[in-house]
Amino acid sequence: MGVAVEVEGLTKSFGSQNIWSDVTLTLPPGEISVLLGPSGTGKSVFLKSLVGLLKPEKGSIILNDTDIVTCSEHKLYDVRRLFGVLFQDGALFGSMNLFDNIAFPLREHTKKSESEIKSIVLEKMDMVGLAGAEGKLPGEISGGMRKRAGLARALVLDPEIILFDEPDSGLDPVRVAYLNQLIVDLNAQIDATFLIVTHDIGTARTVPDNLGLLFRRNLVMFGPREQLLTSQEPVVRQFLNGRREGPIGMSEEKDVAQVEAEMAALEARGGDAHNGVGPKGASGGDAVPPQLEPTEGLPERKGARRRQERVARMLHEFDPDTADAIRRSLPEDLLAMADSGSFEPSQGAGGRHWAPDPDAGRATTTTLPRQGGGG
Amino acid sequence: MTATDKPKAPGLFDGKFSPTRPLAASGNLFAFALDTMKALPKRPFQIREFIQQTWFIASVTILPTALVAIPFGAVIALQLGSLTRQLGAQSFTGSASVLAVLREASPIVTALLIAGAGGSAICADLGARKIRDEIDAMEVLGISPIQRLVVPRVLGCMLVAVLLNGLVSVVGVAGGYFFNVILQGGTPGAYLASFSALAQVQDFWSGEIKALIFGLIAAVVAAYKGLRAGGGPKGVGDAVNQSVVITFLLLFAVNFVITAIYFQLVPPKGQ
Repeated sequence: MGVAVEVEGLTKSFGSQNIWSDVTLTLPPGEISVLLGPSGTGKSVFLKSLVGLLKPEKGSIILNDTDIVTCSEHKLYDVRRLFGVLFQDGALFGSMNLFDNIAFPLREHTKKSESEIKSIVLEKMDMVGLAGAEGKLPGEISGGMRKRAGLARALVLDPEIILFDEPDSGLDPVRVAYLNQLIVDLNAQIDATFLIVTHDIGTARTVPDNLGLLFRRNLVMFGPREQLLTSQEPVVRQFLNGRREGPIGMSEEKDVAQVEAEMAALEARGGDAHNGVGPKGASGGDAVPPQLEPTEGLPERKGARRRQERVARMLHEFDPDTADAIRRSLPEDLLAMADSGSFEPSQGAGGRHWAPDPDAGRATTTTLPRQGGGG
Repeated sequence: MTATDKPKAPGLFDGKFSPTRPLAASGNLFAFALDTMKALPKRPFQIREFIQQTWFIASVTILPTALVAIPFGAVIALQLGSLTRQLGAQSFTGSASVLAVLREASPIVTALLIAGAGGSAICADLGARKIRDEIDAMEVLGISPIQRLVVPRVLGCMLVAVLLNGLVSVVGVAGGYFFNVILQGGTPGAYLASFSALAQVQDFWSGEIKALIFGLIAAVVAAYKGLRAGGGPKGVGDAVNQSVVITFLLLFAVNFVITAIYFQLVPPKGQ
């Protein structure tokens, strides 16, 4: 199963320009997390920091007891083998055909025979629906195929953590739906930790276990999906509803008075529920739609059960709305245990259960003040 | 909007023209060269990439080099032909021409072509890969781009530079012979007989060592600039431009230093 990634107090600047500061979150092992944020808030920078391509000035990123921010270059290359990264455009090697691209990590890192490599590559290509396209060059195929080929290449070394940089950009909604289903199916099959960076609200509402939002150089919120989907935080609501009214402006932040006037006008029209359908899969209101399930025939997601246990433990820490939404998603036995206050960690099913941690709630749900600006 | 994140007024220099910037850039280049050296002995050696790159660099440089070498040898022959006649030292024409070609002309021609044709191709190639995230993807896959891409290119460039230097020497001397003997009416026997009057084998070796170092510098600078390209296609163009200019500057400076050292180490013939 996947490994947890613990990010603590991370701060990154380019020169005098601060990108984000004091980002603290934990990617729970084997779960799917989505990181949202307006364009230009440094989501890609965050991904690159996670794999050690960029060095943040402060803070730590710990996985398997290694701090990526401070470890040596040599160690970094070892740690990176835990990662699979899907870059925005797939980042395929332009001079190689798809087969060689996907076989590349195997040829470089393993001593497998060519026939073994071939069987692994064909299996992964089949997994992402690219069977038969082995001989094509990256320049000859569509953007969606490039993305899936990039995903296949990220998968061949059996990574523990998979990062997706805007898997939906440049794809039509149907292909995005297929890709989302593919992501959920993959998670069920390999039980790795997933982090998806995206703008697509439809993806954010239906795919992840956990949601986070970056805005104005801060991590506004990170927690179970229900927490953000039911949140009354103006930035979160504005983003998830894809509307103009709210603190997020076209270029930077807006004037407070203007925001208040806009919000009043919105309320007068009947609030988000009557605001209609927004762009990029945003639908009005703050309903919690059901999560995508793996395709029939695939094993159940082990991360899903672990997550249910985890949020059941944290149930009392949430707002009534959030707690309500979480309750609806929990099975009877966990609900009973959460209510009685006696929590027996269930054994089996993935090997590791969520460790009872006194401040687990605080570590995973950081709600920063709206007027933060570096706090 | 809040007191804490007051936007700073954009300053005139804004950190872009700090006096330490050139220093930091040279330091980075040097550190990159050291990293490349460190990656040299690392296994597995990328033999395939090395052969491909050597062939590629050779294929883009051989023809232009030969074509440049002919007029270069001819110009030297023309200059020397009239000069020696004025001084009454026609018997030394061949020797002086060989000396000039071996010691200076051929390493410089090699340097120009290696930097202009080979280096720019390397820089553009790596730069294009960089902006398409290929380099990042490679690093994330746990493969060092320096070991996988830069080392084979540097070695290939050095090998090709040494071979090119030999080619330029031959073509340059032959061109000089042609112009002196055929066009200026010099005596073939005297021209050939005087070959070794001033020139010595060390001159050839110094030229080869120069070419080796020029190949190293051209490849390292090109790879450094290519791997740091940013800002889209324009960034790659800028990187290629800078890499060629920086390489030329470095090569001529290094050429001067090596020549000065050479005269200290190897006494001229006949002393």
